[in-house]
Amino acid sequence: MIPAAFDYQAPASVEEALQLLSGGGDTEIKVLAGGQSLLPVLKMRLAAPDLVVDLAKIPGLTGIREDGDRIVVGAMTTHHEVANDPLVAEHLLLLQEAAKTVADPQVRHRGTLGGALVHADPAGDLLAPVLALDAELVISGAAGRRTVPAAEFFQGLFTTAVGEDEILTEIRFPRHTGWGARYEKFTRVVQQWSVVSVAASVRMDGGAIAEAVVALTNMGSTPIRASSVEQALAGCAATAEAVGAAVAGVAEGTSPPADLNGDADYRRQLAVVLARRAVLAAAGVS
Amino acid sequence: MTQVSITVDGTKYTDDVEPRTLLVQHLRQAIGKTGTLVGCDTTNCGACTVHLDGVSVKSCTVLAVQADGHEVLTVEGLADGGELHPVQRAFHESHALQCGYCTPGMIMQSIALLQENPNPTEDEIRNGLEGNLCRCTGYQNIVKAVQQAAGSVAAGTGAAE
Ligand SMILES: Cc1cc2nc3c(=O)[nH]c(=O)nc-3n(C[C@H](O)[C@H](O)[C@H](O)COP(=O)(O)OP(=O)(O)OC[C@H]3O[C@@H](n4cnc5c(N)ncnc54)[C@H](O)[C@@H]3O)c2cc1C
Ligand code: FES
Ligand code: FES
Repeated sequence: MIPAAFDYQAPASVEEALQLLSGGGDTEIKVLAGGQSLLPVLKMRLAAPDLVVDLAKIPGLTGIREDGDRIVVGAMTTHHEVANDPLVAEHLLLLQEAAKTVADPQVRHRGTLGGALVHADPAGDLLAPVLALDAELVISGAAGRRTVPAAEFFQGLFTTAVGEDEILTEIRFPRHTGWGARYEKFTRVVQQWSVVSVAASVRMDGGAIAEAVVALTNMGSTPIRASSVEQALAGCAATAEAVGAAVAGVAEGTSPPADLNGDADYRRQLAVVLARRAVLAAAGVS
Repeated sequence: MTQVSITVDGTKYTDDVEPRTLLVQHLRQAIGKTGTLVGCDTTNCGACTVHLDGVSVKSCTVLAVQADGHEVLTVEGLADGGELHPVQRAFHESHALQCGYCTPGMIMQSIALLQENPNPTEDEIRNGLEGNLCRCTGYQNIVKAVQQAAGSVAAGTGAAE
C-alpha cells in the first residue's frame, strides 16, 4: 500500500511551519510527527493531502524539562522517551505507565506524545493520563500561542482544540511527585488498542488515599474524567472493600462504544473492575 | 522528486524519490536491500524492522524522506564478512525459524531489545518482540535464541554495531 502522491516540506521553525499551514486555500495540508497514525491513514488512502509538513527538523519540540513547578514534554517527544525518562518517572508516573503500554517497541520509537494527543483516537492510551494529570496543552497558530487545559482539549471523535492551521508544541504537567499510579489496560491480545482502560494515580497519607485522579479510555468519544469517583476516593481506606465501593459508579453516565470486542454493558462492567484494580495498584495494594 | 541521502549498512546512497515512497520500498527497490521484507504493510507484523539511527522502526511506516540524512541498518549489514552477528548465529543454532519470513525483522528487533536490556527475562523478551509476528514457530525457539544471544550483544561482540 502506497499513499497517494503529495508534496513534502520539512520546515526548520514553528513560524515557517505555520506559514506553510496557513498557505492553504483549497490545498489539503497534513502535519507529520512520528507518522505512526498518519502514515497508516495515508497508505489506506483514508486521506490524500496535497502537502505534508514534517515537524521533525524543528529544534526545541522534543525533550522533557522542568519549568518551575511544571514538567514540560515537547510535542515531538517519542513514547519511548516518555516511558524511559527519569523526570517523568519521578513526577508523572501515570504518564510513564501508560506510555509503556502503547503499541510495540518499534512504534514507540517513532510515535510522539503530541501526535497521539492530536490524533485523539478514543482508544489511545495517553489521552486519559493527560486528562487525569490536569495537563495544559500549548498550541501555536497564526495568532500566537494559546494554552488549553486538557479538559477542553479533547472535543470529540478524532477532534481536538488544535485547528487545521495550528501546531501543538508542548504539554505542561503539574508535578505529581510521590503519587502512586497504574494504567490498567484491557486488551484481548498484546499489541492491541484498549477495549477499555483506566488511568489512576493516588497520593497516599498513611494507609489511606488522600487524593486520587481517575480517567477512562474508550468509554466514549473522548477520554472521561471520573470526578465523582475521585471525590469518593478522597480519604478512602486503601482496602479492596472501600475502594470497590468508591469506584462502583465509575461508568455512570458514560456512553461507551459497542463493537466486536464487547457491547456497551460489557464495557461499563469492565470499567468498574479495571477502576478497582487500577486504584488499588496505584495505592500499592495488589 | 526530492533528493535524499541515506546511509544504509555503512554506505551512503543519494537518490531522487517521490515523497510518498516508503523507506522499505526505497531499501528494496532503489537500493536493492531485499533482505528487509514486507509482511503486512499495516504496521503490525514487524517483518520490515530496521534500525534508524540505532533504534528499531517499522520501515513500512517511515517515509524515505524522513530518513534523509540519517543512518539505517538492515539485516544485510549485520554479518562481518563471513562472520554472523551473534543474534543471527543464535537464531541459526536455536532453530528459531521455519519459513524464515519473519526472521530479518525478528533479528533486528532482538538486537534492539538486547541493546536496551542486555539481560532480559523471558517475559521481557516476549514483550520486547510483541511487534513482530511469526506464523510458524510458536515463538519458543525465538525466545531461546534471544536468551542464547543475551550478553554477547552487550559484551560488544556484535559485528557491525
Ligand atoms: C500497530 C500500531 C499499534 C498502535 N497501538 C496503539 C496503542 O495501543 N495505544 C495508543 O495509544 N496508540 C497506539 N498506536 C498509535 C500511536 O500511539 C501513534 O504514535 C500516535 O497515535 C500518533 O503519534 P505520531 O507522532 O506517530 O503522529 P502522526 O501519525 O505523525 O500524526 C497523527 C495526527 O496528529 C497530527 N499531528 C501530529 N503531531 C502534531 C502536532 N504537534 N501539532 C498538530 N498536529 C499534529 C497529524 O497531522 C495527524 O493527523 C498504534 C499505532 C500502530 C501503528
Ligand atoms: S510490513 Fe511493516 S510491520 Fe508488517
Ligand atoms: S518462521 Fe515463518 S513466519 Fe516466522
